[in-house]
Amino acid sequence: MNVAIKSITEQRDFVVSSSSLKEVRSFSREVFEKVNINQDLKDELVLAIAEAAQNIVKHAYQGEDTDDKMEIKISLEKGQLEIGFFDKGRPVEEKNVRHRKIDDIKPGGLGTFFIQQIMDAVVFKEGEKPWINHLVLTKNLNA
Amino acid sequence: MSYKVTEEGNISTVHLDGEIDMDVTEKAKEIIMPLIEAKKEVHLNLKEVQYMDSSGISVLIESHQKATELGTKVILKEISKSVLKVIMMAKLEQILNLD
Repeated sequence: MNVAIKSITEQRDFVVSSSSLKEVRSFSREVFEKVNINQDLKDELVLAIAEAAQNIVKHAYQGEDTDDKMEIKISLEKGQLEIGFFDKGRPVEEKNVRHRKIDDIKPGGLGTFFIQQIMDAVVFKEGEKPWINHLVLTKNLNA
Repeated sequence: MSYKVTEEGNISTVHLDGEIDMDVTEKAKEIIMPLIEAKKEVHLNLKEVQYMDSSGISVLIESHQKATELGTKVILKEISKSVLKVIMMAKLEQILNLD
């Protein structure tokens, strides 16, 4: 798939709230409309982004009401997609992130499972000030 | 998300419409769970659901499990392409009742 023609960097802030998730999807859809990839892949990428944003609301902030913002940055360069998530919630340690087992049908842990299925790599970093957490999702769209 | 419930005998059909994410899962549960607790057979019509994330899938799992526990069932009807894709990504097509 040739997506090398596009170089994009777009970022936006969202209030950390479940009510922002629709806006997160709209932003993601707007960005991927500019990229020459098929609709199924666009839908998957939107899902991965929305799940990561949901994890910030659910886990970094544990569903608390807050005025804090999270930032989502989508970058595409030569077919390499990188999506950064920045938040000021509780520090997330990778070892504590729940991974769903393939035969586990309990609710929960599914969002992370989806992200892992869709993306090539998921990296948790310590955020640079003022951020606490920095999650990086990457995918090679040339593959 | 909007919804409509129709009743026919012991079958309650819930027609869901729109996008089902974390923001509306409580509302979805408030609609579906009392029907299951009343031991109705619940049909969830997902034809007009354009988007469902892991929170929506969790509602489907919880509904299925509750229905099994109470000796009834939840059947997913007219599943939209986008929802079916997410169900399959979750590897639940053999677990949930798909029609």
